[in-house]
Amino acid sequence: AGGQTKTGGVIFVQDNRISIWSVGDLGNVGLNGEYQGEPQLLCDIRHNGDVMDMQFLDQERIVVASSTGTVTVFHHHQNNQTLSANQRWEKAHSHVDQDTSCGGAACTGVICNNPEIVTVGEDGRINLFRADQKDAVRTIDNADSSTLHAVTFLRTTEILTVNSIGQLKIWDLRQQRNEPSQIFSLTGDRVPLHCVDRHPNQQHVVATGGQDGMLSVWDIRQGTMPVSLLNAHEAEMWEVHFHPSNPDHLFTCSEDGSLWHWDTSTDVAEKPSFLHQGGRSTTYFSHNTINQSVVSAWLSNDPTKDRMEITNLIPNQTLSVNSLDILGPCLVYGTDAEAIYVNRQLFA
Amino acid sequence: MCFFLIFLILPSVSARDPALHSQYSTQVSILSAMELIWNLCEILFVEAAAAGPLLLRLLDWVRLHVCDVDNMVREVLSSENPSKHELFWNVVDVFVLQGRMDEARHLLAKEASANPTSVNMYKTLDDLMKKMPVPSLGNTQTLTEMELKWQHWHEECQRYLQDGTFASNSHMESICKILLGDEDAILEKKELLATWYQFLVTRLLYSHPTVKPMELRFYAQSSMDLFLGGESSPEPLDTILMAAFEFEMHQVIKECSIALSNWWFVAHLTDLLDHCKLLQSHNLYFGSNMREFLLLEYASGLFSHHSLWQLGVDYFDHCPEYGRVYLELHIERIPLNTEQKALKVLRICEQRQMHEQVRSICKIMAMKALRNNRLGSALSWSIRAKDAAFATLISDRFLKDYCERGCFSDLDLIDNLGPSMLLSDRLTFLGKYREFHRLYGEKRFSEAAKLLLMLMTAHIAPCSFWMTLLTDALPLLEQKEVIFSAEQTYELMRCLEDLTAGKSDKQKFQDDDVETMKVEMLRLALARNLARVIVKEGTLEGS
Repeated sequence: AGGQTKTGGVIFVQDNRISIWSVGDLGNVGLNGEYQGEPQLLCDIRHNGDVMDMQFLDQERIVVASSTGTVTVFHHHQNNQTLSANQRWEKAHSHVDQDTSCGGAACTGVICNNPEIVTVGEDGRINLFRADQKDAVRTIDNADSSTLHAVTFLRTTEILTVNSIGQLKIWDLRQQRNEPSQIFSLTGDRVPLHCVDRHPNQQHVVATGGQDGMLSVWDIRQGTMPVSLLNAHEAEMWEVHFHPSNPDHLFTCSEDGSLWHWDTSTDVAEKPSFLHQGGRSTTYFSHNTINQSVVSAWLSNDPTKDRMEITNLIPNQTLSVNSLDILGPCLVYGTDAEAIYVNRQLFA
Repeated sequence: MCFFLIFLILPSVSARDPALHSQYSTQVSILSAMELIWNLCEILFVEAAAAGPLLLRLLDWVRLHVCDVDNMVREVLSSENPSKHELFWNVVDVFVLQGRMDEARHLLAKEASANPTSVNMYKTLDDLMKKMPVPSLGNTQTLTEMELKWQHWHEECQRYLQDGTFASNSHMESICKILLGDEDAILEKKELLATWYQFLVTRLLYSHPTVKPMELRFYAQSSMDLFLGGESSPEPLDTILMAAFEFEMHQVIKECSIALSNWWFVAHLTDLLDHCKLLQSHNLYFGSNMREFLLLEYASGLFSHHSLWQLGVDYFDHCPEYGRVYLELHIERIPLNTEQKALKVLRICEQRQMHEQVRSICKIMAMKALRNNRLGSALSWSIRAKDAAFATLISDRFLKDYCERGCFSDLDLIDNLGPSMLLSDRLTFLGKYREFHRLYGEKRFSEAAKLLLMLMTAHIAPCSFWMTLLTDALPLLEQKEVIFSAEQTYELMRCLEDLTAGKSDKQKFQDDDVETMKVEMLRLALARNLARVIVKEGTLEGS
């Protein structure tokens, strides 16, 4: 929304919304996999503050992290296509001493494992919520003296966090003590880490992205330092994701406006099948079947030995790519240029 | 610049909210006006269409932008029997006025087939319309050739009119008059013309098709006068268009600035004209030129927006004289409500070597973090700015906390400083001091002792902290086993004496009992240790 004054100044009113779009059927694709039709806006709802992170809790509920420090669970009613706020935890993140505190603390990351929701924020706090409970199940105040940038589940009872002094920490939520069970850090300068993701099948393989755009791959069974450091982007890496059903593929996006596809699949000719529904469900089942490669391609020290193909998926990069997600053959990403891109034929 | 999307918004919105609909309608009309002006400027200034093509461009311009009659046209064409429609002749007139001969002839053919008696009349008119000479875009004919042909054709039309060929059908007669450029006949169709500039183009088409650019001003002025006829006064849009027809670029910019409420249109138009080297460098009194002035104004406006400020940066980048200064001033004032936003701003500053701003923003973020007791965050910002002074401040804070509470807060930070420890001496000391405590906790006493001594002798520790360090040495001195060697004990003694000697007499007088007692205890412990170690080192088994 905008308004204008006579003197030539323009007043803008911030109007942030959560929107749900439909991108239609598979049938409507062009030569390069670009979607031919227009995405349809199904419904939207006002959101207070910037959306820092969000994730589906289940088929109908979405958890959203706000820059105001509030965490909200929205319900998408598919029968009449509306959104409503189901549950809200105000000030899930805030600075402790309200008298001397300077501004609010944003909630920077959220991860779900139905019905549990874990959030982290600029206040260094970790919250564990349950969707149906008003009060937090557990809160670790001052879990970190710096800002926690992202969180993900390692196992059902353990989480991984990354912070602004370059540390990767494992927390065991079963234990009552407020200390991490393990701390990993980068070898050189304490470059802040912005994102983290765990390999879907091999739970010891973790990838993180840093402020210098570097991709680090860790083997958390051994050592406290990353296994490989890969020079990637020229600016902050905002998100890193393993492909949920084909984890030989990794995707990273950055402030420098690029989105990279990292491909370590040894047989490039082999096509994965994405015909089954499901894909990335919200429950993290432990996969007992092991991939063909016993030693994960990600842990090899020399990426030039094994064939790794790295492709920038954005031909004309301009402003930052802030967020991405993948499911099956479909890639979605959003940029600072107020655009959302959908690629339906990722592996064609 | 693509405005067409705007027209899609209206239908979906109007159903929901009438107020919003009217707001959007206004915006749409403003945008349509902008597009009209922009296109005209492109034709007259950028493309600088010469006599001949000029008319064709103007015809396109009118057809594209004057849409008032489109609905009517659509209605008639889609009806079952267009020639029987009551607005049929209106539509034919519209086509003729806009020079759309083929479409007019197509409609007339329908009418002809319905009226076999007047077939000859239709044939004649159709023929005239078909033969009308128009300026060509290519080099197939010169202007003089065209003018000659046109003169012949004009005379032929005149003959048919005077012969009374069309006397029995008033519609067709009026069309013939229009073809002859009869102003009164054209003015009769005022409603179909809708605007004076449409009238102008029609006039030009049928009376001066080879009009030269410089002649436009006269025709424009007279067209406006004739059309408005003193009934209504010109509106801002009319003034702007008139200025364009008069080739007064600066006037166009000035009028647009007055009429429009933000700088967007004017800034971009001026930029385009400047790139075409059409604006004389009009040095404004404060030094920069008009293009830069307008771009600076526009970009400054963008900075008040919560997300468009990023575009403002690009605009400033393209202002060679003052862009950098403006950017430096504006970028520091962007509200940094989240750390992520601060990081984006910093990235922009770093890419442009704006080191002052990087330091300043990092300092602001670090201070905020410090006030919120987020020491790790504060340190992270200091590292980003390579701000040794701030790192020292943070370390002092940690040390202060330690002295007050007797234990360290945020061990996860101090234990894992890594190379960033070297940023400031105080930070290095903090890291090493914590290491001393760790060694002590692990009962690695001789290593701890060595480290402690090194902290003082290598002057890593600030003088203010020496007392604390020496006090930390006490438990080591009191151990059953001798830890400090003779050499080390002498060093410690020297440190203590340096410390006490350094104090002036006045300070000694002010020292309370606790202080003096501490010093005494230390002296005693050191002496005892010295005694033990001399004995130990002196005996045969001693090492």
